[in-house]
Amino acid sequence: MSVTTPSLSDSLAARTLAGRHRLRWWEPLPWLLALAFYFAFPRYLGFGTEVLIMILFAIALDLALGYAGIVTLGHAAFFGAGAYTVGMLAKNGIWTEPITGLILAGIAGGLVGLASGLVLLRTAGLTLLMLTLCTMGLLEETANMAAEYTGGFDGLDSLPIKPLFGVFEFNPLYSNTQYLYVLAVLFICFVFVRTLVYSPFGQSLTGIRENMLRMHAVGAPVRRRLVICYTISAALAGIAGGLWAEANAYVNLSTLGLDRAATVLIILVLGGYGRLYGAIVGAVAYMVLEHYLSKLYPTAWQLGLGLLLMGIALFARGGILGIWEALTRRPDRSKPS
Amino acid sequence: MAVIFDIDVASMLLGGLAAGMVLFIVSVGLSVTMGLMGFVNLAHGGFAMIGGYVIVLAMNRLGLPFVIALLVGFIVIAAVSVVFERFLYARLYRASELDQVLFTIGLVFVMIAGVTLVVGPETQPLNLPAALQGQIDLGFMTYRTYSIVLIGVGVIIMLGLWLGFERTRMGAQIRAAVDNRRMAESLGINITRLFTITFAFGSGMAALGGGLGAEFLGLDPQYPLKYLVIFLIVVAVGGLGRITGVFYASLIIGVLDFALKKYLPQGGTVFIYGMTILLLLWRPQGLFGRAP
Repeated sequence: MSVTTPSLSDSLAARTLAGRHRLRWWEPLPWLLALAFYFAFPRYLGFGTEVLIMILFAIALDLALGYAGIVTLGHAAFFGAGAYTVGMLAKNGIWTEPITGLILAGIAGGLVGLASGLVLLRTAGLTLLMLTLCTMGLLEETANMAAEYTGGFDGLDSLPIKPLFGVFEFNPLYSNTQYLYVLAVLFICFVFVRTLVYSPFGQSLTGIRENMLRMHAVGAPVRRRLVICYTISAALAGIAGGLWAEANAYVNLSTLGLDRAATVLIILVLGGYGRLYGAIVGAVAYMVLEHYLSKLYPTAWQLGLGLLLMGIALFARGGILGIWEALTRRPDRSKPS
Repeated sequence: MAVIFDIDVASMLLGGLAAGMVLFIVSVGLSVTMGLMGFVNLAHGGFAMIGGYVIVLAMNRLGLPFVIALLVGFIVIAAVSVVFERFLYARLYRASELDQVLFTIGLVFVMIAGVTLVVGPETQPLNLPAALQGQIDLGFMTYRTYSIVLIGVGVIIMLGLWLGFERTRMGAQIRAAVDNRRMAESLGINITRLFTITFAFGSGMAALGGGLGAEFLGLDPQYPLKYLVIFLIVVAVGGLGRITGVFYASLIIGVLDFALKKYLPQGGTVFIYGMTILLLLWRPQGLFGRAP
C-alpha cells in the first residue's frame, strides 16, 4: 500500500466528517426556549406537554424513516403499545410508578417493534407499507375487541399514576410536573438519538438508506441493522406513548390509529426528515397551527394541510429546515452532507 | 336445519359477492396504475368518492337516470384525472415512495375538504330507480335485486376488462409495460401516453365503483380514509397489475368481510388484517402476482 499525502479536498472531507457531531452554538437554544416557556406561559403547559410528546414520537419515527429510510405508515402501533402498557398496568393497580412504568412502555414498544420488524423488514416498497398499516390495524382492532382489559372504544381513564419520586403529583389541571418530566425524558432520549446517528451504526443506517445494494456489497449486515434500528425506534415511540398515558392519565384508541400515524409523519416531513431537529421544528409548527386553526376553521385547516403536503412533496422535500438550509447556504462552502 | 343452513350460506355468498364486485370495480384501476407506474397512489379512493358524489348529485339535483349518471361520473372523473396525472402525478413518477405517499395523502385531505366545502359534511343518499329496488326471485330463493344486478355488472366489467387486456393492442402494451417498463419503452411503446390513458381509465372505473357502491358503502367526505386500507389490501393480495388477481382477491375479501361482519362482528377486521399479514409474508407479490 502506498501512502499518499491527503489533498486539500480530502482534508476538508476529513475535517467535515470529524466535526459533524460537534455541538453547534445554537443547539442548546431549543432546550432553553422550552424552559423559558415553562415560566412564561404557565397556562399553556398542558399544550406544551402534548407538543413535547409529539416531538419525541417524531424523533423516534425520524430514526426509522429519515435515517434508515424505512417508509412506514404504522408507527402509532408502538406509541399505542407503550400507552396501553402504562394504562393497563396502572388501571389494574399492578404498576403505578411513572419512571419504571415508562421503561416498561419502552420495552413493550420495542418488543412489538422487534417482533414485527423481524418479519416486516424482509419486504420492501408497497408490501412493507401495507404490512405496517395492517400491523397497526391489527393492534387497534385487538385493543378495541379486548374491552375487558383495554376498555374497548372508551379506553381507560383516571389512571392512578403515583407522584414522581413520590413527591410531585401529576395534576391533570396544572401540567407543571408533566411538562418538566416530559421535557427531561425528551432531553435524555434526544441525546441518545443524537449520539446514535453520529455513531458508526448511525452512519451505516444512512448508507443503507442511500444505497442498500452497496451496503450489502461492502459486507454490512443490512437486515440486522434495520431490525435493530426499527426496534430502537419502536421503543422510543413506546416511551412517547407511555408519557402520553401518564401525562393525560388516560389511554384510548386514538393512540393506535391511522390519524396519529399520519400526524406524526406530517410533523416529521414538515420539519424535515433525517435532520434530527426537523422533528422539533415540525412538531412546534404543526401543533401551534393546529391548535389555533383546526377548531375555528376545521375544513380550511384540512385543505391547507393537504395543499402544504402536496407542496412539500413536489417542491420542498427537506421541509422547513430544508428551506432554511437552502436559504442560508453560502456558495463558497461545500454542500453539507 | 340443513336447509336453513344452505339458504344462509347462499345469501351470505350473494351479499359478499355483491360487495366484492364493488371492491373490484374501485380497486382494479389502482392495481393497474400501481403495477404500471410503481406509483403509491393513496388518493385512489378520493377519485372513487368524488365520482360517487358526481353520480349521486347528477341524479338527485339534475334528475338524470341512474345509468346516464354513472356514465357522466365516469367521464367527468376520467377527464379530471387526466389533468391531475399530466400536471401533478407525472412530476413524481421518479420520486421516492415517501414523496408519493405524502403527495397523495395531501391530495386526499384536499379532496375531503373540497367536498365538505362544496357539498357539505353530511352523507349523500343514493336513490335507486324503482326497478332495482326490492327483491328478485332466483328460483331457489329471493334476494335483493340490486345485489344481483351488482354481481352481473361486475362480471360483465370483468369480462370486458379481461378481453381488453388480453385481446387488444393497448392491453398488450400495458401488460408489457407492467412486466418490464424499460424493455417496453425501448420497443417504441409510448409510455407517457399509456400512463395517462390507464390512469384516466382507472380513475373512471373508481368513480363508477363509488357510485355503484354508494348504496352500502355510504358516501360522505371521510370515504377515502375509511376505505383506504381495504382497497390497498385488495390490491396487495391480488398482486399488482393483475386484473384477474384483483378480481379473485376482491371476491374473497368481499365474501369474508360480509360473512365475518354478520357472524363475528367483533373479530372480523382482526381476521382480515391477520390474514393479509400472513399472506404478504408468504407471497410478497400477492396471491396472484408473478414473482419479481
